[in-house]
Amino acid sequence: MKDILSSLFPQALTGLSLWFMAIFTIVFACGAIYGAGYMKHYSGRPLRNTLHWIWYVVAYVSMMLLCVVDNSIAFLVSWEIMALSSFFLVIYESEKPDTIKAGINFFIQSHISVVLLTAGFMMIAAKTGTYSFEAIPRYCTHNNGMAAFLLLFAGFAVKAGFVPFHTWLPYAHPAAPAHISGVMSGVIIKIGIFGILRMISLFSIDYVTAGAIILAVSAISGLYGVMMAILQHNLKKLLAYHSIENIGIIGMGIGLGCIGAGTCNTMLATLGFAGALLHTLNHALFKSVLFFCSGNVYHGTHTLDIESLGGLAKKMPWTAALFLIASIAICGLPPMNGFISEFLIYSGLFGWMQGAEPGVTTGAVFSILALVMIGGLAILCFTKAFGIIFLGSPRKEIEAHEMPASRIVPLVIEAVIMLSIGICPGVYAKLAGSALSCLPFAGITKLTATANLGYVGFASLVFLLLACIIYVAKSRRNSKRQVSEGPTWGCGYTQGTPRIQYTATSFVKTYVQLFSFLLGTRKHQEIPTEIYPVSGHFESESYDKIESGLIDKPLTAYHRFTDIFSFLQNGKMQFYMLYGIVFIILTLVLTIIFC
Amino acid sequence: MISLLLILFSALFFNGIIGRVKSISAGRKGPGIMQPVFDVCRLFRKGTVYSEVTGPVFKMAPAVYLASVLIACLCVPFGSKGGLISFNGDFVFFAYALALGKFFCIIGALDTGSSFEGMGASREATYSMLAEPAFFLILGSLALMSGHTSFQEIFANLHPSSPMSWALAVCAAYVFLVLAMVENSRMPVDDPKTHLELTMIHEVMVLDNSGIDLGLIFVTGYLKFAMYAALIADLFIGSLPIAIGIPVFLGVQVACAVVIGLNESFTARFRMNHNPQFIFTLACIALLSIFGVMLMSGKLV
Repeated sequence: MKDILSSLFPQALTGLSLWFMAIFTIVFACGAIYGAGYMKHYSGRPLRNTLHWIWYVVAYVSMMLLCVVDNSIAFLVSWEIMALSSFFLVIYESEKPDTIKAGINFFIQSHISVVLLTAGFMMIAAKTGTYSFEAIPRYCTHNNGMAAFLLLFAGFAVKAGFVPFHTWLPYAHPAAPAHISGVMSGVIIKIGIFGILRMISLFSIDYVTAGAIILAVSAISGLYGVMMAILQHNLKKLLAYHSIENIGIIGMGIGLGCIGAGTCNTMLATLGFAGALLHTLNHALFKSVLFFCSGNVYHGTHTLDIESLGGLAKKMPWTAALFLIASIAICGLPPMNGFISEFLIYSGLFGWMQGAEPGVTTGAVFSILALVMIGGLAILCFTKAFGIIFLGSPRKEIEAHEMPASRIVPLVIEAVIMLSIGICPGVYAKLAGSALSCLPFAGITKLTATANLGYVGFASLVFLLLACIIYVAKSRRNSKRQVSEGPTWGCGYTQGTPRIQYTATSFVKTYVQLFSFLLGTRKHQEIPTEIYPVSGHFESESYDKIESGLIDKPLTAYHRFTDIFSFLQNGKMQFYMLYGIVFIILTLVLTIIFC
Repeated sequence: MISLLLILFSALFFNGIIGRVKSISAGRKGPGIMQPVFDVCRLFRKGTVYSEVTGPVFKMAPAVYLASVLIACLCVPFGSKGGLISFNGDFVFFAYALALGKFFCIIGALDTGSSFEGMGASREATYSMLAEPAFFLILGSLALMSGHTSFQEIFANLHPSSPMSWALAVCAAYVFLVLAMVENSRMPVDDPKTHLELTMIHEVMVLDNSGIDLGLIFVTGYLKFAMYAALIADLFIGSLPIAIGIPVFLGVQVACAVVIGLNESFTARFRMNHNPQFIFTLACIALLSIFGVMLMSGKLV
């Protein structure tokens, strides 16, 4: 027994595993506290809730196992446990047809990932004869490991949500309860990132090619994720697309790190991998806060449709403040944590650009362009999300109330960690140091030397203080002057109603027009053609072009093909017995002929 | 330190000079150069009216907006003498700090619940998203040219003797100048003197600000102009001694203000749907200049 265990688990944990285990534990713990409050709304069904929490613990344990195991069979088994338990967590409200549909979509896609992983690990086992991870470096010395690496990368990419494997995310996240969406988006998709990093630490392949592929896929994921996010009107769906964007940013860091490792450029490898590791932590924190906030909005107002919300900041001040902080963080703006990881990746990209190899600069320029566009689009998206949901006046008559402390406190804890990363990034970079040293050519000493994170934190702190000083000075001065209240200036129009406020659709209209060649929009309209007024209506909805091209269209074609044979399934018992007899005869005849 | 003082000093006059140029070219008598400063002082003395719809975000927005531009000013060096905040990659911080200011400006506008301000906010968010790549690409080409990644080192290592540096400096100066005009919503993107809210961008976002809040927003606008002009001046100061550097700095500030004033006197505002093209042209110029630098240094292909 002891032998089996010691063959499955390594003698000592690596820094990489510890880093990810720490992230998972923080978010799972906050999710549990938050979820306890969230599930009070569903207290009428104790059996189902018990099962739900059992799956929650199973999911956590399987994630920990994934970080620890050192054997591909054990890895796949834990992966399967993780996939199944998260499936059951997603379909908590299984009485809703949409939830079941999203759940099954998630279930199938997680198993596509299992297939790819199994194939990748089997390729290695077939050559080396052992399933231990230790065999992978040996495998790479005798074979070109690229094919196996890319198979495994594709498998992990399905879980992480890289484009074009992202299509399960926008369905699974809105269907799940808020604490599950937060945990899923915060950490469960990160197990894909962990897998990719773990494989990079084991494989020794042509890192430059692998890095270039990862970088390209990630840049496209980042851009596509945020471009689709802007169009969404369901808050959770919007956040789900932002997960794809952030996975893209993390992937850009990984790709950059790989390229650094391939060119033996320790500076680049360190900055890239450090950016990816820190962004994994950062995204886990701010995305779970955002999803938890969306849960508060959902239970406070019973809707997630951005267009019907408005002015929630007055009724839910804590949720609003936390959503704002997390929005600033996810846009990568100082003084929050998102900026730190994006800064590291920027530093890497600008450093890479100076490289001597021809062609490198072009890659760097386009990566910088992608990262800048992602930042700008994220600001557009989150000014829309925060502004329309929490500011202005309510767009529809909706009862709203703030949530109890159990659903605020875990978020506050996470927000404090986020701010502390933004202001003392050096401390967290040191923590990531032992994880960094597991990755090829990366090390913490190089990071502290090149990235001058201390200055960044200091500048962010000065920024924060400056804003506070100006605000306090302004308020003190205002307290001595006459301050009065009046209606919003309507530019001469005095009969304004909340309905004439700018909506989410109108806020992003210019953007949609500009990028219409990339975005899919369906319009349903009935234009009045009579001279006298008759009823007409207009409705537009966005759809995911990649999803419709890659999944929907092939599926319809497949259905059309299989429909040809539907005459076989006619429901008559006699025919089925005939099929059986034909089958038996065929088997007999064929065996006789061929043997 | 010296750059901060000089930026603060030139911010006092910048908008005054624009106004003066406009009035002279229109043949009007016009206000004096210090008029914008008097306007701000008057606003600071006034009381404030807040809309009933607004909340804390609206009150925070002007403060964060000003703080963002101030912290960005702290990053701007004076030729080879670094700003108060100077580190490798400080221009990333510069751009992202400004973006935070814009973020708050936009949500401040949305806080009023006015459809006009929502419209302005939407335009500002879209246009700044389009303008951002231009800044990063032009800084990228400067970084590539000089081989460094902080403002101070970039400007210290731009050798004004080589023709390539000059060409790049001129491109960068153009990009910074137009960026300043876009960021401050001047012609040809926006007309600050228009009376129709439907055609405004920045002005319509601050319709509900009054008193000290409006004053802070004005100050921020003045500082933003002086800050971009300081970046342009830095392109040409390089490692000149201070005694020559200061007159060059002030000269560039005045020249920028005059160019903006003349431009406003003789061009009309674009139609709103032409603006994205115009702004994206900047990114294209920046991209061309970065490829130019790559071509010259043999890094292309």
